[in-house]
Order: sequence, then structure tokens, then C-alpha cells
Amino acid sequence: MRAVNEYNEHVDILEHITSEDYQYKYGFESQIEEEVVPPGLDESIIRTISAKKGEPEWMLQWRLDAFRAWQYMKEPHWANVRYEPIDYQAISYYAAPKRAAQPRSLEEVDPELRRTFEKLGIPLHEQEILAGVAVDAVLDSVSVATTFREKLQSLGIIFCSMSEAIREYPDLVRRYLGTVVPPNDNFFAALNSAVFSDGSFCYVPPGVRCPIELSTYFRINARNTGQFERTLIIADEGAYVSYLEGCTAPMRDENQLHAAVVELIALKDAEIKYSTVQNWYPGDKEGRGGIYNFVTKRGICLGENSKISWTQVETGSAITWKYPSVILKGDNSVGEFYSVAVTNHRQQADTGTKMTHVGRNTRSRIVSKGISAGYSQNSYRGLVRVNPSAENARNFSQCDSLLIGDQCGAHTFPYIEVNNPTAIVEHEATTSKIGEDILFYCNQRGIDTETAVALIINGYAREVLSKLPMEFAVEAQKLLAISLEGSVG
Amino acid sequence: MIQPILEIRNLHARVGEREILRGVDLTVYPGQVHAIMGPNGSGKSTLAAVLAGREDYQVTEGEVLFDGKNLLELSPEDRAREGLFLAFQYPVEIPGVSTATFLKTALNELRKHRGQSPLDAMEFMELMRERAALVNIDPAFFSRSLNEGFSGGEKKRNEIFQLAMLEPRLAILDETDSGLDIDALRIVADGVNALRTPDRAFVVITHYQRLLNYIVPDIVHVLYRGRIIKSGTKELALELEAKGYDWIKDEAEVEA
Repeated sequence: MRAVNEYNEHVDILEHITSEDYQYKYGFESQIEEEVVPPGLDESIIRTISAKKGEPEWMLQWRLDAFRAWQYMKEPHWANVRYEPIDYQAISYYAAPKRAAQPRSLEEVDPELRRTFEKLGIPLHEQEILAGVAVDAVLDSVSVATTFREKLQSLGIIFCSMSEAIREYPDLVRRYLGTVVPPNDNFFAALNSAVFSDGSFCYVPPGVRCPIELSTYFRINARNTGQFERTLIIADEGAYVSYLEGCTAPMRDENQLHAAVVELIALKDAEIKYSTVQNWYPGDKEGRGGIYNFVTKRGICLGENSKISWTQVETGSAITWKYPSVILKGDNSVGEFYSVAVTNHRQQADTGTKMTHVGRNTRSRIVSKGISAGYSQNSYRGLVRVNPSAENARNFSQCDSLLIGDQCGAHTFPYIEVNNPTAIVEHEATTSKIGEDILFYCNQRGIDTETAVALIINGYAREVLSKLPMEFAVEAQKLLAISLEGSVG
Repeated sequence: MIQPILEIRNLHARVGEREILRGVDLTVYPGQVHAIMGPNGSGKSTLAAVLAGREDYQVTEGEVLFDGKNLLELSPEDRAREGLFLAFQYPVEIPGVSTATFLKTALNELRKHRGQSPLDAMEFMELMRERAALVNIDPAFFSRSLNEGFSGGEKKRNEIFQLAMLEPRLAILDETDSGLDIDALRIVADGVNALRTPDRAFVVITHYQRLLNYIVPDIVHVLYRGRIIKSGTKELALELEAKGYDWIKDEAEVEA
């Protein structure tokens, strides 16, 4: 019966989507007063940010070191994307809602913000009760609502904003921050390290299984304000945590830079599941506006038998540059990457993963489903590296591309470096097209073209969608259909 | 007087510069089974595609009334919602979309068109079980991706199952017998026979007479060079089987 209920839900969602006129549904602007620092970047701006956040000296120094490294780095241009040069001095690097006093309950949250979440269809109070999700809601840069804290605290789980973690848990932060993505890892990671505004911090102590899905909703909300989230998740020995990140952004004309860093650390026997539904504003049909999403996401399976799993559904952003990766250091550790990346109109995505096998008997699995429509360019770029130390490493990669129309592009750049003869690495790839025959067949059964496309892509992406928690899978299905609306016929 | 379900008058249609249908006339009443036979390239499948609304074909002349409505001005999905069903000669595969999901979407679109509320999961499941039994289909089909990895026979049986689920006013079977062995043919034919009702009509397009041993037609038409050149009872099909198409072509050419 469960299966049938799911079918039911699929269909209901599709009906709902096709019955409404979706533009960029989430393209509204919330009217919360913001505090913004002037545009530009130098050491004094970094000192200002650090001071505003009341950070300790070591954190300031860490930022300054990153900034000094960044000044000597060059923006990378190897990705298969094209865009106008970014003026980093024209960006404002900090914005915080003015009512910055930390609310202790939802009642204390700015009513305007709460309406924003309601428009998004994710009322916090309902989520609290129904979904069992603790939401650390990030509007722009400062956390404004945190729920379920007490329950998590009773288990010893720390789930808070990064700012708070720096103040309250400095030892943990100092021990792990930058250990997976060093401040000088790449241009955008260095920039993030210098100016990161806020983000989420999570620590799950040994042997604890986090009983609820942890969720953070990111929104870019201030004009001309770069968004530099910093997330750090640590699962100690034998711990388990599932973390959900979802974001939608208001409609904008100007390009907005988003350069987040996410670091995951799984110790012995620990498991981290990190799921993303990404729907940043993609720009209009001619490619004007839209978010530049230049993200560094990386996890390390530090201990034996640990596991890190990335699942992402990417429908937004004008440009996406993103490779959630896993370093498989511990013996018998497992890394997974499940991705659906949709591009439409003039969107460009260069996304994929890196699986670096270091430990013995390490296994990785990559399932990438690209969907290109309109005039978009969609590239999968993946690296599977087996180090000499990685005895009996296994990798399986499946990279599928689905084309809608004949003006878009799908590209696959799989890199495989094997330095140990015991490794087994498999790579499969397919390219298919939603053709006239399939659409006519659906039409002949009474299904209009928009609904048919939604049905087909949900089927195509099912293996990835099934890895998402149910409530996210529902949202992801909606996003897939919305982002491909008008792409056929 | 009973109104016809389908009335085709002087239908002409072309693909690009090539005229394929050159004046088809056909009237189908509720409860009837019409067989359309003819040699390869005579326009049989084109007729099915034009009726279903395939865009590649351009209608240049004539009219088609479906339950008294002008069929040719409806979109393909609206034709389906009005009750026209085409069992495809080459059903498509849709990976990742189960037969159940696909049919539930389709059925609820039809129901919406008729002003009925959508079936919930329980009602839908119940209906699938009932119809599967009627046309002798294994319910294991439901959860498999639509037609993916199905044998030719399974695909055709799935078409008949969809017919049973969607309950059209008029079902057009486009060479449903092609590629079937005798056992599969019998199962498909039994399914169709189980679905014959006084309100529903069938147009069975076939190259061979053997299907008509199992689905017994009320009227047999011979389509040749885009026109129906001869109509008769089921004995006409037997005659074609015995003598081939040549004699009838000669007859047509003499008349023309």
C-alpha cells in the first residue's frame, strides 16, 4: 500500500504543479530591515565582520590568513561555464537582520520572516510538530530561529549557528574547521574563509544516532550581498546524522555571488547523510540575473567503516560550480554521491564529485543524472582517484544525461586515476532525449505535455530522489517540474 | 436513431508533400467492431495516427466527427479525454515511471475532464486489480517501469490493459497482432472481447486475417492507396486471406 500512496502523491503533486502558473514561484523579497557593511573587501572589512560577530582573536587571525592567501590566488576558469568578470570590490560582505537579539522561541521571530517561510510552504511551527525536523533557519547571514535544541542537547548533540559555535564550542571548531577544506584550498574557499558570515555547526557525540533530520534553509535576501555560508558537521565515533539543506532565493536582476563551504567529518563507524535541494534564482529566460553558485563541499571518512553520502537536487542558479566530494581515508569507508542537476534557459552547471580512495577496501558510488533544456549547458565533472595505499578499492559511476530540445548541451568529463592494481572502477554513461514519440504517447493517454515531462523526469531521477527524505523528495519533485516548465512544445 | 461514434468524411492527409489518405469515408456505430485491412503502405497506420492527432500529418480535406464533435480541432490529449484510445503498434518505454503511476496520471486526467473527482490510491489499486483480472494481466506489471524491458507480447498486453483501465468510447488497435505468437494473440484478443460493450466501438487495423478469427468484426474494410475500396462482412477477410490483395487491387484499378 505504501507504494501506491507514493504513486498517489506523485500524481497529486504533478497535478498541482501543472494547474498553476509557475514563474519563479519563490521570487519574492521579504521586507526585513537589514544591516549591511559597505561594499568592498580589505582587512578592515574582515575586522569589522569579526567584531560584529564578537569573535575571539584566533578566529580573526584565521580569517586574515585566508584573506592574505586569497589575494594571491586566481579565480579558476577551467569549468565549462562562461560569465562576466566579477568585481569583488563591488560586493558587500556582510548583512544581518537588525533585530539580531537571539529569539528563544518562534514567537520571538520577526513576523515578516515567519511570513516569508509560510510563503515558501514551510511554516516552522508545522514543521516542528509534523515533520520532526529541527530547523536552523538562516536568513541571509545570521541564524534567527533554532528549534528542537533542547531535545538534541539532551543527547549531547550540538546543532547551532557557526557564530554561536565559535563562541560556545571554540575547541571543537578550532580542532576541525578547515581540516577538510583548508582556507587556501581554492579561490572561492579562501574567500569564504576570510568573510564567511554564518552557517551551521553540528556535532554528534560518540555512539549517538541523531533521531531527527537536521535542516537549514538558506536564503539570499539583501541586494548586492554576497552569501558566504560556512557549515561544519562532525559525526564522532559510531554516530549518525542526516542533514538537509534547502534553499530558494528571491528574484533579482543582478548577479549574486554565493560561495559556501561545507565540511563533513565522519570518525570511526560514523555516518553522515547530507541532502540538498538547491533552487537559487536561475536568472530570466535570456540569462539576465541569477545566482553564481561557487561552492566547495567536501567530506572526509576519517575513521574505519565510516560513511558519507551526498544527495543533491540542483535546479537553480545561473551558474553552478560544485563538486561535493569524499576523501575515503578510513579502511572500509564508503562514499556516495547522488545528483540530479537541471539546467534550463541560459543556465550553466559544471557539477560532479571527487572520490579519493586512500584507505583499504574503500567503496564509492556515483549516480549523476543531468537534465538539460532550453539553451543551457550541463556538465558532469567527476574524479575517481585510487591512491597506491587503497587496496581493493571499488567504484561504480553512472552518469546519465537527458536532453530536452536541441539547443542545449550535455557534457561529461569523467577523470579516473588508478594507482593500485587491485582497484575495480566501473563507469557507465547514457544519453537520452525526451522525444516526440514519448510525448505523443502520453498525450494519447490524456496527459498533456507539461505533465508528461514532469512524469518522465521524475522517473528518470527516481534513483536519486529516493535517497532524499520523503518531505524533501516531494519538494524536489515540485522543483524539477517547475524548472522545466515551458521547455517543450 | 443511434448516433455514430465516428464519422469520417472524405478525409485527405499528407506527410510533407506525400498524400497518404486520399478520401477516406468510414462510419462506426456504438457496439461495432470494424476491421481495416490492406497491403503495406496503404495508409492504415496513417489513418490511426491522424485520428489520434499526431502532428506529423497534415489534414488537407474532409472532416471527422467524434460523438458529433469536430475531432480534428481537438488536441491529442483532448481527443483521448473525449474517449478516443489508440493501442500503439510500437508502444514507447518510459524508464522509471511505473505502469501504475502512468495510468493513474492518465486516468485522473480523464476523470478531471469528465468532472469526476480523482481516484484515491485505494480505489485506483482496486480498479487495477479488477481490470487486470479481466484482461488476464499479471499485477506484477503495475510496479514495473512502463514497457521497459517488456517483450513485444507484454507491450501489446499492456496496451490492452490500459484500454481496460481508461474505458474509451472508441478504441483503435493499430496492428496489435504484429509480432505476436499465437498464444499472445489469443490473450490479447480475449482481452479485447472482454471489453466489448454496446456503447464502445473498435477499429481493428491489421495486415493479417488471423486476428479476426479471435476478434470477430462486424464489418471488414479494405484500405488501398489511401481509400477504402471495399467493405464487407467477416467473410471478406477470409477471402483476402485465401486470395491475397491482388484481385482487389485489380478491381479497384478497373473502377478507377
